[in-house]
Amino acid sequence: MKRLSRRTVLRGALNGAAVGVALPFLDLFFDPAAQSRAAPAPRLPVRFGTWIWGCGFVPERWIPTSTGADYALPPDLEPLGPYKDRLAIFSGYDVKLDGVPNKPHITGCLGLRTGIPVPNESVRAPTLDVLIGDAIGKDCRFSSIEVCSAALDRSYSYRAAGSSNPSETSPVALYQRIFGDGFQDPNTANFKPDPRTMVRESVLSAVADDRKRLMRNVGAEDRRRLDEYFSSIRHLEEQLAMQLQPPARVENFTKPDAPPNTPTDSVVDNVMVVHRLMAGLLAKALQCNQTKVVNVLFSDTTSNLRRPGSSTTHHTLTHEEPVNTALGYQEQVGWFARQSMVAWKEFLDALAGIPEGDGTLLDNCLIFAHSDCSIAKAHAVEGIPMMVAGRAGGRIRTGFHQAGNADPASRLGLTVMQTMGLQIERWGTQSMETNRPIKELLV
Amino acid sequence: MARISTRISQGLLGLAAMVTLSSVGLADDGAAPSSEPALSGSAPPLIRRLTESQYRATVADVFGPDIPVVGRFEHGLRIDGLLAIGTSQAGLSAFSFEQYDASAQAVAAEVVSERHRAQLVPCKPQSETEFDAPCARRFVEHYGFMLFRRPLSSEETARYVRAAREAQARLGNFYQGLQYALAGMMDAPDFLVRVERAIPDPKHRGQMILDPYSQATRISFFLTNSTPDAELLRAAGSGELGHPEGLARQVDRLIASHEFERGVRAFFEDMLRFDTFDELAKDPLIYPAFNSVVAHDAQEQTLRTVIDLLVRQRGDYRDIFTTRDTFLTRRLGIVYQVPVPTRAGWEHQEFSPGSNRAGILTNISFLALYSHPGRSSSTLRGKAIREVFLCQHVPDPPNNVDFSVVQDSSNTALPTARDRLEAHRTSPACAGCHRLMDPLGLTLENFDGLGTYRAQENDAVIDASGQLEGHSFSGAAGLGQALHDNPRTAQCLVNKMYSTAAGREPTEAEKPYVEFLDQAFQAKGYRIADLMRAIALSRTFYVVTPAGTSGPSPIPRTAAAKISHGGGS
Repeated sequence: MKRLSRRTVLRGALNGAAVGVALPFLDLFFDPAAQSRAAPAPRLPVRFGTWIWGCGFVPERWIPTSTGADYALPPDLEPLGPYKDRLAIFSGYDVKLDGVPNKPHITGCLGLRTGIPVPNESVRAPTLDVLIGDAIGKDCRFSSIEVCSAALDRSYSYRAAGSSNPSETSPVALYQRIFGDGFQDPNTANFKPDPRTMVRESVLSAVADDRKRLMRNVGAEDRRRLDEYFSSIRHLEEQLAMQLQPPARVENFTKPDAPPNTPTDSVVDNVMVVHRLMAGLLAKALQCNQTKVVNVLFSDTTSNLRRPGSSTTHHTLTHEEPVNTALGYQEQVGWFARQSMVAWKEFLDALAGIPEGDGTLLDNCLIFAHSDCSIAKAHAVEGIPMMVAGRAGGRIRTGFHQAGNADPASRLGLTVMQTMGLQIERWGTQSMETNRPIKELLV
Repeated sequence: MARISTRISQGLLGLAAMVTLSSVGLADDGAAPSSEPALSGSAPPLIRRLTESQYRATVADVFGPDIPVVGRFEHGLRIDGLLAIGTSQAGLSAFSFEQYDASAQAVAAEVVSERHRAQLVPCKPQSETEFDAPCARRFVEHYGFMLFRRPLSSEETARYVRAAREAQARLGNFYQGLQYALAGMMDAPDFLVRVERAIPDPKHRGQMILDPYSQATRISFFLTNSTPDAELLRAAGSGELGHPEGLARQVDRLIASHEFERGVRAFFEDMLRFDTFDELAKDPLIYPAFNSVVAHDAQEQTLRTVIDLLVRQRGDYRDIFTTRDTFLTRRLGIVYQVPVPTRAGWEHQEFSPGSNRAGILTNISFLALYSHPGRSSSTLRGKAIREVFLCQHVPDPPNNVDFSVVQDSSNTALPTARDRLEAHRTSPACAGCHRLMDPLGLTLENFDGLGTYRAQENDAVIDASGQLEGHSFSGAAGLGQALHDNPRTAQCLVNKMYSTAAGREPTEAEKPYVEFLDQAFQAKGYRIADLMRAIALSRTFYVVTPAGTSGPSPIPRTAAAKISHGGGS
C-alpha cells in the first residue's frame, strides 16, 4: 500500500469537504507504534472510576519525600506497594476557594469533581464522572454504578444539583441490579431475545413520546427537571434495547455467584468486607461492559467509620482526638487514614485480578481516587490527596509522585477528562480555571 | 366488584364534566374565612415528585392494600427543613427511574394476576386470546383517571390501549396486554410527578388559579398524603370545588375521614426528620438496648402520641411539648425504665410526674436522633430545637475549630458536657452560635445518647438549667413549657404546614396571609385540623402566577445553604 502523507490526507479531506477529520486518526499514519497498537486484537474499552475516602490523611505519613518515579513509599502508602508502578500520587494540589465559604467536607470534594467550589450542596453539576459517562458509556446497560461501603445511600456523582446518583449500600442488592433480572451472559451459547423486553421497550417509547406536551408552559428550572426525567426514561429504553441484541463475547468472563448476606453499617470491619464484595462485583460489571463508569464511596466525607465499642467516629476523632505527642499526630485518626489506603489497595486488587488482553482490567481503567480535605481537623482544602491508578488502555503513564506546588486541583480533573476522550480545553472557574493538563500523566 | 363499578362510573362522570371546566372558578369569600387578606402575588404552579409514602399510599388506595410495592426508593431531598419542599426541586435520576419501573412492573403483574383480576379488572374479555378493545379502553380510562388524577385525553387513552393491543399481539394473552399498558401508565410523568396546571381565574380577571384537578390533587396530598379519591375527582370534574360550599364539603369530608390521620402523620414524620433514622447508628457496646426494632418503635411512639393528642382528641398543638400521655411497647419500656405489661404491641401509658418525662422532646425519637453514636450531644439537640420547632437557622461551625478539649468525654477535669461546652461558649469564634444551641440542649443532658435517664455524668451531678430567649428554666419539663409558651413555636408550625401544603416556602407577598393563618390558629386554640382546613379553604392556596415568572424556583443560593447534610459536631 502506498504510504499516505499527512498533507495528501488533509488536502483530500478538504477537497471532499470533509473537514472535520480527527487528528488522532491522522496520527496512525505517522506513529508506527500507534499503528501496531491499533491493528490486531479487538479493541478493549477504557473504563473510568472514582474512589473517595473521607477525612483526608496524615501528611507526614502519606506524602512521599521526593518526587518522580524513584520515590520511597511513606508508611501510609505502604499497603499500595504492589501497585506502585500503576499509581500516580498527587500531593499539594489545592481547591481554590476565591472567597467562597468552605463548607466542611463538601466544598473540597465537590470542588475537585466540578472545578467549581460551592459553599453548600448546590453543586455546579454535572460532576466529572457524569461528563465522562456521557462520553463513553452510551452503549452500556448502566451509564454508571454508584456504591458506598459504609451504608450511606448518597454519592458525589451529580447530574444536576438536588439529585445525586444514589449509592447501592448492600452487595446483595448490587448483585441483583447487575447480575439479576435483565442480565445477559455474554458467553451464553444460544441467545433468544425476551418478547416481554420488546413490549416494555415499546411501551416506554410511547410514554417518552409525550415529552412535548409536558414541556409546554413550564419554567426553565422545571424544564431541566423534566428533561432529566425523560433522559432517565430513554436510558432505560436503551438498556432494554441492548438486552434484545446478542451481547458481544467477553474473554475469561464467568458470571459471579451471589454474595453472602453481610452486615452493612459503619463498623470498619464490616465496611471492609462489604467494600471487598462490592469491588469484586464492580470489576466483573466493568469486565462484561455492563457499565464503563463506577463511583465508589468507601467512607463518607464526614467519615462515619468507627471501631466497635468506640463512642466516636472517624470524623469526630479528627476534631476531638488530642495529638499523640510521642508520635506527633492523632493516633486513631492515623489508623483510619491508613485503613482507607488498605481498602484502596483492595479495590485495585479486584481490578488487577481480572485478566484482559495482554494484561488486566486495571490496565484498561483510569481510577481517580481522592478525599475531601487534606487535614480534616482544620477542614483544609489545600493539598487534598489525589491519586490516579491504571493505564487507561495505554493512554496514561503512572508510577510517580508529583508535587502540585499549590496548583489548582482542577488540572488533574481536566487531564482525566481529556484522557477519557472529552473534547474539553479548559475547566473550572476563577482560580480553579485551567487549560493546563498534567503532562507527566500523559503518554 | 361493587367498589370498582362505582369508581368507574364516577370516573366517566368526571370525564363528561370536563366540558364545563371553563366555568369553574374559585370563591374568594364564603367558605374561606372572611378576613383572608387580599393577595398581591404568588408563585408559579409546581412540579412535585411523589414521596415514597405518597407512592405507597396511592398504590394501596387505587389497587387495594394487598398489592405489594417492592421498589427501592432513593432518599428524598430536604430543603429548608422539609422533604415536602424538596419534592418540588428534586430531579429523577436514571437509577430512580429504574426503581420506579421495577415497582410498576411488579404492581401491574399483581393487578392482572389470576388472584386479583376478578376484583381489579373492571370487565371480562370475550376471550383471553383475542383483543377486547372496549374492555381494554375501560381499564385504561379507569386507572388512567385514578393514577393521573385527571381524565385522560383521547390521545392518551388511545396510546395505552394501543400498548395493550401490541403487548397482547406479542405475548398472546389479553391480561398481559393490560399489564404492560398499566406499567406504562405507572412509569409516566403524569403519575410519578404532580404536574400542576393553571387556568385563568374566572372570578378575578388577570389572575391564574390551579385547574380543578390540580386543586383536588393539592387538597388530597395535603390532607391525606395520597391521591384524590373517586369522590374528590368527581367533585373536581363537576366544578364543585369552584364553589365555597362544594370545596368545604370535600375538605370537611376528608378531615373527618380516617385518611386524615395519614396526612397529619406524614407531616410530622417529615418535620421531625424521621427519614434520617435510616442512617442512625448507635454503638452496641455502649447502648446494647438499641436496635432496629427500638428505632422503629421510637418513631411510632412519637407519631402515636402526636396523632392521639392532635387528631383524636383535637388537642392544642403546643401540648405536644408538655404531654405526659404516651404509647409504649416492651422494647421501649426497657429504655424508659418503665414496666410495660402488654407482651406484644402498644399500650397507652402516662409518664408519672416524677419521671422527668414530658413532651416529645423527652422521647427516644428526639433524644437518640440528635446524639452521637456513643454519647449525647447538647449541641445537636439545641440545633434541632431551633431548626425543627422554632424555624431558626443555625450556621455551620467555622472551619478551623479544635474540638479536642471540649468533647473528650473521658476528660476528668471537665466531667460533664456543660463543663466541656463552657469552653466553646467562651471562645469568641464559637460563642455566637453555641449560645443559641447549648443552653437549650443542655437542659436535656439528663438523657444519654439513647434517651435513658441519668442524674450524673462521670460521677458529677448534671446541671440541667438553661434558657430560651431570656426565659430561664431547668430540665426537660422546663424546656417543654418554655417551647409551649413561646409564640414562635406556633408560628413555625404554621409556616411548615403551609410550606408542606404548597411545596415551597411562603412568598414575600404571602406574608400577610401567613400572619392571618397565625392569628386564626391562635384564635381557634391551636387545633391542627382547623389550621389545615383554613389553608385548604383559602383562595391564596390555589392562586398561581404563570410558569417561568418570578417565584421560589429555582432556589436562591442562600436557601440552598440550608439543605441538610451529615456532619458538623
